[in-house]
Amino acid sequence: MAAEPAISLRGVIKRFGPLTAVDGLDLDVAPGICFGLLGPNGAGKSTTMRLLTSQALADEGEIRVLGHEVPRDSKAARLRMGVCPQQDNLDVEMSVRQTLTVFSRLYRVPRHERAAAIDRALQIARLSDRADAKVTELSGGMRRRLLIGRALVHTPDLVLLDEPTVGLDPQVRQELWSLIDGLRSEGVTVLMSTHYIEEAERLADVVGVMAGGKIVALGTPEELVLEHAGREVIEVYGPPARLAEVDADAQARGWQTRRSGPAVAILRAENLDGDAPDGERRAATLEDAFVMLTGAEVD
Amino acid sequence: MRRLEPAAVIGVMSRDVTIFRKFWKATTFSSIVEPTIYLVAFGFGFGALVTEVGGVDYIEYVGTGVVASAALFASVFAGMFNTFVRREFQRTYDAMLAAPVDTEELVTAEILWIACRAGVYCMAPLLVATLFGLDPRWTTIFVPLVGFLTGFGFAAFGVLISALAKSIDNFNYVTSAVVTPLFLISGTFFPIEGLPAGIQAIAHLNPLYHCVQLVRALVLGGLEAADVIHVVALLIFAVAMWLLALWRQRIRLID
Repeated sequence: MAAEPAISLRGVIKRFGPLTAVDGLDLDVAPGICFGLLGPNGAGKSTTMRLLTSQALADEGEIRVLGHEVPRDSKAARLRMGVCPQQDNLDVEMSVRQTLTVFSRLYRVPRHERAAAIDRALQIARLSDRADAKVTELSGGMRRRLLIGRALVHTPDLVLLDEPTVGLDPQVRQELWSLIDGLRSEGVTVLMSTHYIEEAERLADVVGVMAGGKIVALGTPEELVLEHAGREVIEVYGPPARLAEVDADAQARGWQTRRSGPAVAILRAENLDGDAPDGERRAATLEDAFVMLTGAEVD
Repeated sequence: MRRLEPAAVIGVMSRDVTIFRKFWKATTFSSIVEPTIYLVAFGFGFGALVTEVGGVDYIEYVGTGVVASAALFASVFAGMFNTFVRREFQRTYDAMLAAPVDTEELVTAEILWIACRAGVYCMAPLLVATLFGLDPRWTTIFVPLVGFLTGFGFAAFGVLISALAKSIDNFNYVTSAVVTPLFLISGTFFPIEGLPAGIQAIAHLNPLYHCVQLVRALVLGGLEAADVIHVVALLIFAVAMWLLALWRQRIRLID
């Protein structure tokens, strides 16, 4: 029998006035994996994260986190869960070490284990030599690492990362990716929301594509690409008039296309031998699948 | 209401203590200087016209009265501004609520901490007044408890206002329309018995009035069994404000 999911949502609905942010969401996250919640802005990813910590309360549906019913037993779930929010909410009045000390208390790390837990979190965040710096003295990347360290001070079983690398430089992003990858190899379950395709592709074992408050596709990145974009894509370049012509022609023949910057991309090109227009052939990517699924263009 | 776990309440207060280490000097400075100014201004200014009020030296009258003001000012503004800034701008509360801390515990811890500070800093005016010749009774040792209880109520009132406020500018209405009148018609600087009957009735509903009466009885003597009414009034105020603050903050903190 399979282990109980670390996270399980059934028919979850969350409304904000006339807006339905989460609309009948079903989701299972197996223990020990990195699950990537991929979706455009406004898809309901952050609201889903807040539902898991009971900082938002669902209007309908059932939520279980680490075997605890949420919101009823939410506190027991939060005790074993770490959260790195999208919006930086570090305490600007404290130092790095003070931040970790306060959170080690909030997460009930026993007194005699606190010093070791804080040192460990400093190491994970690679801030050991900045332990006494004020939060306000840290760079954007350091602050993000401290947010992650803060979420890990109590060695949780589950970590929620809401857009962990949004707004960061490419090299800082690489650094965080290796940090997140390290977590998974330690057996921590990771639920990560992102609207960066590459991030989901690199880190996630399973990707759930979210749009309009629901999961619209689920699978490994490879499965999603194969199922929703095929193996190959032909990109046809040309002036706008030519592109419109290619697009119309392809549509008429029942081929799937997407606009891809200055080109029209024809999906499932492996099925078109002979008929295919001239263009550059390349392997299909998660981005192709994502655009087909959500209709959204990517950053 | 869910049970309040001490570990969660202490955890939240540990943050307050950590931060307080940074600004205790400024707080201590203003809590000593302010009553000194009141004592000097009213004590010597009014004191030149009135030497005694209700059978006590005017300097003793004001020195004990200002204890209530100290408790008020140490609590109501911290309750309003600190909680608003931490919730809306610093998002500190959002971070804490993702940990095993419920809103009830968070709000209670913040109010408790402010009340503790009020309990300590309300002693500053007595310290200053002693230098001006006040001779306190031994029952003065209970004044911090009165300051704590008064501070708890007004901190909770401030936290309630911060939950109702749309923006930080809204606090101006409360300061002008509520805090200042409460401060003035509390029997701190002049007896309320001289006021028109309607205003007197309002003054009796003023928690600060009950605080002033208790402090005078404890410091100057003359404590009676009937004074228990003042304790009851302060308790009712504290519990009512606490429950309202929990309810309204929960609405603001949880979507």
